[in-house]
Parts: sequence; C-alpha cells; structure tokens
Amino acid sequence: MKILVVDDEKDIQTLFEQRFRKEIRSGEIMFAFAFSGEDALAYLDGHAHEAVLILSDINMPGMSGLELLDQIKHKYLKPPPVVMMITAYGDAENFNMARQLGADDFLTKPVDFNLLKEKLKLIH
Amino acid sequence: MDVECILAIIIISYLRRILKKHAYDARVDKLLIAGMAISIALLVVSAALPRAKTLFRWLTHAFMLVLVYYSLTIPVFRAAKSLLYAILPLVLVTLIEDIVKIISLSFYNEWNNYFQAAQLFAFIWMFAMWFITKRQRTALEMERLKALEKEKEYTITASLKAALEVQVAERTVALTRQKDELEQTITELKSTQAQLVQSEKMASLGELTAGIAHEIQNPLNFVNNFSEVNTELIAEMKEALGKGDIEEAKIIAEDISANEQKINHHGKRADAIVKGMLQHSRSSGGQKEPTDINALADEYLRLAYHGLRAKDKSFNATMKTDFDETIGKINVIPQDMGRVILNLITNAFYVVAEKKKPLTPEGKLNPFFKDYVPTVTVGTKKAGNKILITVRDNGSGIPPQVLDKIFQPFFTTKPTGQGTGLGLSMSYDIVTKSHGGELKVATKENEGTVFTIQLPLQP
Repeated sequence: MKILVVDDEKDIQTLFEQRFRKEIRSGEIMFAFAFSGEDALAYLDGHAHEAVLILSDINMPGMSGLELLDQIKHKYLKPPPVVMMITAYGDAENFNMARQLGADDFLTKPVDFNLLKEKLKLIH
Repeated sequence: MDVECILAIIIISYLRRILKKHAYDARVDKLLIAGMAISIALLVVSAALPRAKTLFRWLTHAFMLVLVYYSLTIPVFRAAKSLLYAILPLVLVTLIEDIVKIISLSFYNEWNNYFQAAQLFAFIWMFAMWFITKRQRTALEMERLKALEKEKEYTITASLKAALEVQVAERTVALTRQKDELEQTITELKSTQAQLVQSEKMASLGELTAGIAHEIQNPLNFVNNFSEVNTELIAEMKEALGKGDIEEAKIIAEDISANEQKINHHGKRADAIVKGMLQHSRSSGGQKEPTDINALADEYLRLAYHGLRAKDKSFNATMKTDFDETIGKINVIPQDMGRVILNLITNAFYVVAEKKKPLTPEGKLNPFFKDYVPTVTVGTKKAGNKILITVRDNGSGIPPQVLDKIFQPFFTTKPTGQGTGLGLSMSYDIVTKSHGGELKVATKENEGTVFTIQLPLQP
C-alpha cells in the first residue's frame, strides 16, 4: 500500500517514518512525501496510480489542500485514489467543502496515529 | 478832540469784546461802560460847546492817557497791546502839540509843518500797525482753527481707540473661549486617538488569532506524536536490551534523541507564538533587545497568512522568504517591530487578494483574474551599515494621487469598518521615532509595491 502525505511542515516526514517504522520495515506500507499541493500534483504526474491513499493538510501556502483535492478527484486521476484530509480546525465549513469535493475521510490535528492505523486497516 | 474820542470808543468796544471772549469780569466791564459813556459825552459836549473846546481837549487828553495806561496794566488786555501801541504815537503827538501851543504859539506856528508831519506819521503808524495786527490775527485765527481741527481729530481718534479697546476685549473673550473649547477638543481627540491605537492593536490581534490557532496546532501535533513515538521506542529499546541486542538498542536510542530534539524545537515554537501574541497586545514602552529579525518576520508572515485564510476561505497566496542569514541579531523593540512587519504583510496580503478577485471594485471583469499568482515576499538584507527589511507584493500598486497620503493617520483605502487607517502611520512612527530608521515605499501600477524598513546597524 502506497501513501502520499502532503503537508507544508517538513517534520511530518520524520514523524510518519517513526510512527510507521514497523509497517515500513515490514514493507506493509510505503510512504511518499510532498510539501505543497503543487509538489503533490508533480509527484502524481510521475507516479500515476501508484498512490492508493493521499493524506493532505488543508492549510498550506500556495495551492490549498482543498484545491489539491479538487484536482485529484475531478481532473487528474481516473479512478481517483482515496483522499483523507487533515485539518487544524475540523470546522464545519472546511469539512463540508472537502466532503463536497469528494474527500473520503477526515483527520484532525494533532493527528491520532492509532485512529489513522485503524482507518488504514479498513481500507486495506 | 473828535478823532481821539472816536478812537477811545473803538478801543473800549474792542476791549469789551476781548473781555467777553476771554475772561469776563463784571467790575472791569463796568469801568469800560463808564469809559464808553465818558468818551461819547466828551464827543457830544465838545461839539455842542465850541467855546469850551480847549477845556475838553485837555479832558480828552487826560482820559486817553488814563485809558491807555489802564489798559496796558491789566493782563487780560494783553491781546489789545498792539492796538494800544498803534494809537499811542497819535495820542502823544496831539498831547505834545497842545503843550507846545500853550508854551509858545509862535514856536508852534514856526514849526507847524513838522507837527503836521509828525501827526501824519502817527496816523500812518496807526494804520500800518492796525494792518499788521490784523494779518497776524488772521494767521493766529488760522492756527487756532487748525489746533481746533487737530483737537477734534484727536477726540475722534480717542473715541475710536476706546471703541477698539472694547472690540479687542470682546474678541479676546471670544478667542479665549474658542481656545478653551479647542483645548477641550484636543484632549478628547487625544483620548480618542489612544483608544483607536488600542483598537488597532486589538484588530490586528483579531487577525492573528485564527493564525495563532492554526500555528499552535502544528507544533502541538509534533510534540504529542513524537513523545508518543518515543514511549513506543523506549519500550522497543527495553525489549532489545532484554534480548541482549545492544546494536539495535543504540539505533533506537539515536532515534529517541532525535525525536527529543524535535519535541523541544516544536515546544519552543509554540512558546514563541504565545509570547509573540502576548507581546503584540502589550502596550508599547518595551525595551530594545537583540532580536532575530528573520525569525520574527517568518513568524508574522505565517500568522498573517493563516489569519487571513481563516477569515476568507477562498484566500490564497504564495508566501516567499528571502532572508539574509548573516544579519545576526538586531537591536529593536520586538513587539513594536513585529507590529510593523505584521502590518506591512497584512496590507500586502490584502492587496494581492483584491487583485485576485474575479470582479474589480467597479464591478468590471478583472483582467488579472486568470493567470495571476498572488505572491508576497518578505526579505532581509545587509546593506553597508544598514539592515533592510522588505515586504513585496505583486498587487495593483498604489495610485500616485494616494501615494503621499498613505503614512497619514486615518488614511485608508479599505471600505469603512475594515481599516482604521492607523496601521501605516503607526508603523512609520515606530520605524522613524523609536528606531531611528526609515520606512520607504516603491510602487508601480499593476506590478506591485515594495515597502522597505531601513534600520541602522549600530544605533
């Protein structure tokens, strides 16, 4: 299973690599990281259909998570991958907007990795 | 003698006129009336009784002498002096003539021509004196009139002056009242201004709040998760040690250590955000201290961005930083300089957001809408003995007719209720007055604006 994580915070890479160290070691899950919406689209251009799940932050400078979601779900990939949105607010407005745009699930910051792992098991 | 009597009448009536004009004295006037009666009586009687002519001649002489002498001794008749001197030779000549006639008639007859001539000269003298006196009197009268005129003018001036004094007093009262009212107004304005400055701070704090919420979630995310990871890692390390796998335990310890650093870093970041927020709302009067301008600018760039983003979900812009890492720490009042940088950044985001809107404020289609990438760049640079902090946007630029007003208090181009108009004027004061620097602006229509804060390196 390949997951693309999109966040403007660089430390997110270390955090995911640490929290999924067992899964990465066992080859169960593979991670790719992008630090902006634009980066993410560039990655998807080069690795079409590789990523099964995309985890994206909504608040990012430049292209926002919502725009990225819109691009992925409506313009980019057929069939589109599962997209899970991470937001610092978890507010209704962003939530509804993301849901309309086709987000499959939501996580709030600070990210609960146990919850995330449960969700991943269901997708798997 | 007839002539003498007529002269006496003329003199007396003249003297009476003087008396009435200058200093009326009933006693003197009575004497003059008596003198007048005597001279008329002498005139009438000498004409009626030709035989007693000689007697009356002598009476007339005596009367004339008394009259002239008397007139000359009284101070009131000083004005008549010239007239008296005019007739004196005639009186004396006739008197001497008569004396000579009595002493020696033959001598008189022999020298008759000379007496005639003396009499003639006395007459000429009299008329000449009379003529000169009259001229002098006319001149004096003119002078007197002039003096009167002057006095009148003086009176008018004095009354005008008095009226003016009254007016001045009235005006002074009115002006004093106005001054008091103005002072009152100024006091009120000052307190209003202080309130506005405070509300400006609060408004920008409000803009920050959402940014702060977002910005604090990120470090907390790392702090929480890295510490949980470390708990797991410590368990794994114990397990490895139990198995006797020292190498594995060492690797895990390295990871724990690295995570610990991350926890520490993000904890400090959250701390700085909260401190920055508190500093921002604190009233001014802070001290200058060595400050990392790059960190300050970076923090406020993020806070401003997320703050705007939280208010306007459709807002989006590219943030760029161009920091000179060699500038070191600069001596500034951190909360004040932070406020300036935040203000410039907020303005920059505002203008790029405006330019990105599909419609112009006039309701026309925005020609930039499609291909426009709103971008705000914050940079620092060392230039000689100065530090430059630049905030650049690629917005619509500042129209020339507005450019020289932007640092004036209460000037704003934002719609009513959206801007206090104090941001740039406060920023200008902070940079120039508290830091001895300069705040400059360069703008190009449709291409963007750069605000540059120049700070001296060694204040």
